[in-house]
Amino acid sequence: MSQLIQHLINGIAAGTIYALVALGYTMVYGVLKLINFAHGDVMMVGVYMGYATALMLGRQARGSVGGVLLIFLVAMVGCALLGFLIERFAYRPLREKPRLTALITAIGISFTLSYGFQLDIGFLPGSAPRAFPQIIKPAQWFTLGDPEFPDVVLWNWQVISLLVAVALMAGLQFLVYRTRFGRAMRAVSFDHRVAALMGIPTDRIISVTFMIGSALAAGAGLLYAIKDTSVSPLMGLYVGLKAFVAAVIGGIGNVPGAMVGGLLLGLVEEFVVGYAASTWRDAVAFGFLILVLLVRPGGLFGRVAAEKV
Amino acid sequence: MRRFTPLFLAVFALFSAACEKKSQPTPAGTDSQGQAAQPAPTGGTPPAADTLLLGEVSSLTGSQATFGVSTQRGVEMAVKEANAAGGVKGKKLAVRVYDNQSKPEEAAQATTRLVTQDKVLVILGDVASSNSLAMAEKAQAAGVPMITPASTNPSVTEKGDYIFRVCFIDPFQGFVMAKFARENLKLDQVAVLQDNKSAYSIGLKEVFTQKFSELGGKVLTTESYSQGDTDFRAQLTAIKKTKPQAIYVPGYYNDVGLIARQARELGLSVPLLGGDGWDSEKLFELAGDALDGAYFSNHYSPQNPDERVKKFIADYTAAYGGTPDAIAALAYDSARVAIAGIEKSKDLTGASIRDAIAQTKDFPGVAGTITLDEKRNPVKSAVILKVGEGKANFVTTVKP
Repeated sequence: MSQLIQHLINGIAAGTIYALVALGYTMVYGVLKLINFAHGDVMMVGVYMGYATALMLGRQARGSVGGVLLIFLVAMVGCALLGFLIERFAYRPLREKPRLTALITAIGISFTLSYGFQLDIGFLPGSAPRAFPQIIKPAQWFTLGDPEFPDVVLWNWQVISLLVAVALMAGLQFLVYRTRFGRAMRAVSFDHRVAALMGIPTDRIISVTFMIGSALAAGAGLLYAIKDTSVSPLMGLYVGLKAFVAAVIGGIGNVPGAMVGGLLLGLVEEFVVGYAASTWRDAVAFGFLILVLLVRPGGLFGRVAAEKV
Repeated sequence: MRRFTPLFLAVFALFSAACEKKSQPTPAGTDSQGQAAQPAPTGGTPPAADTLLLGEVSSLTGSQATFGVSTQRGVEMAVKEANAAGGVKGKKLAVRVYDNQSKPEEAAQATTRLVTQDKVLVILGDVASSNSLAMAEKAQAAGVPMITPASTNPSVTEKGDYIFRVCFIDPFQGFVMAKFARENLKLDQVAVLQDNKSAYSIGLKEVFTQKFSELGGKVLTTESYSQGDTDFRAQLTAIKKTKPQAIYVPGYYNDVGLIARQARELGLSVPLLGGDGWDSEKLFELAGDALDGAYFSNHYSPQNPDERVKKFIADYTAAYGGTPDAIAALAYDSARVAIAGIEKSKDLTGASIRDAIAQTKDFPGVAGTITLDEKRNPVKSAVILKVGEGKANFVTTVKP
């Protein structure tokens, strides 16, 4: 029983991160119908920005509340900028081209970032994984059983991650459905040509969508780095793929769907590894995706819309 | 769109140029003599050029990058020393180094390139057994002797009679740790966490499990992870349930560092045990103080008072800064065994160099004295190190 509770806690903690990364996928897909495969790598770049900031702050400052906020701020603003640049120079020129072109470009951007960051020149970090500094000092908030050999441990960062994720999701949901900007986003998503005719600054809306998505990625990446205590140039490929699966499970384009998809995926993986074997992890995760798509082709929360002809 | 095309071409050109640069051969050992690298000799062996070319395949980038860097330095030092002492058979030595990005398929390709294009006399490398296995196939097929500095999986030298090593093999390391855990640490019940993707990890686990049971201990559970995983909490939670006295983790440093941290975090405060895959400065950076009290078996300790070791450490520190790790020591030994083999060979064909290397006996290496047996494995002792204060401290030597 206690093992089950611990697996639940671990699974939710892992799923939270997938959910946060998935939010970015879902947002960009919702507006542009583009699967931004570079999303995970933007996340990786964000983690390195946070890493550099943390090193600059030094041991004392990075553990304080102000230090943590600054690290998150630098990474999120930096990534927003990166997202803007990618959209402006890689995707916008292809907007009127077939969707496949943009998809291939996204994969290209993804590889450029993940392999580019493995180079060891100038500011680039090189390929070896590095330890991510403890910006949140781990503390046990709850234990169950023998204090020497606790059966269940709940950590402060697990709770913080979950709260941050839920808050960001709620904020995003508010933004999309309760603000003028959100209405514009939905209009662009529905038909960007008609939206432009109605006086909506389409390019600006898309840019801002990308920036928000990238900032979310940076935030999620930092939570991921805090969880797994390491950072490496290839982390984005792996997490990005998992988050993509989470977004599809939830119904891509749907914000609460991404959240639920991420949590489900995290839990499924945790239980597979905990009760079966780690080699089964990816097979079961992708099997789960196929199963969901067979039963509900639009994902758990998605609607199957007839393609406009 | 047209406006940006040239920009993008330029960016990609830059990236590909930078990537290209990495995989270019780096001739080592010739710079100190101010002599330019020789072009790859063409035609059959023996090569006509006045430089004797060694080949090296290492993980200079990728998840095992520190292994590759250490290997390269060790080899470079041995070659420089040999050249400073007048070279071999009146000729200077040079090394052609290829990066395998920590991937077996790249390692195989690099080996093929070394034997077909560069026509090297001996191939040195790699550290990870999975990469060496891929290399051994190609080297054996081409009839070029290969010496792996630190691949401890038995199957590497079983690939053929041209494949040698200068380190002990996995069964021995598993045996050493099982013996140490039972007899010195007096442990009765341990858990094992193995890396499912690495032949090295599985090899150590098998012998450890067998020996530990033979010596009267009990292995409670064996969990596994896959190299490159970053979240080990599920496995560790399952292990915690069995209440072990220690956990044997025969993995590589980059995974072990995270495993240690996450184990502590879940409240698993028992010591971790491991093998030479732990040996890297990076381990302590990744683990923080979570590994304090852990033990691992290794090939050598820089705290060894032997004169030969002291001189090696002093020379290495002067050249590269920092203390050489076991990989650097083994790479240095492997290059010196190769050079001695070339020196003793009748002509410079692969077969005669092979025969000369096979006769290596009582060779004074910095990581132990090397005598190769009929299976081309050395017989030598291991050291046990204990982690504390961010470094590995010498505990004891375990003889075979």
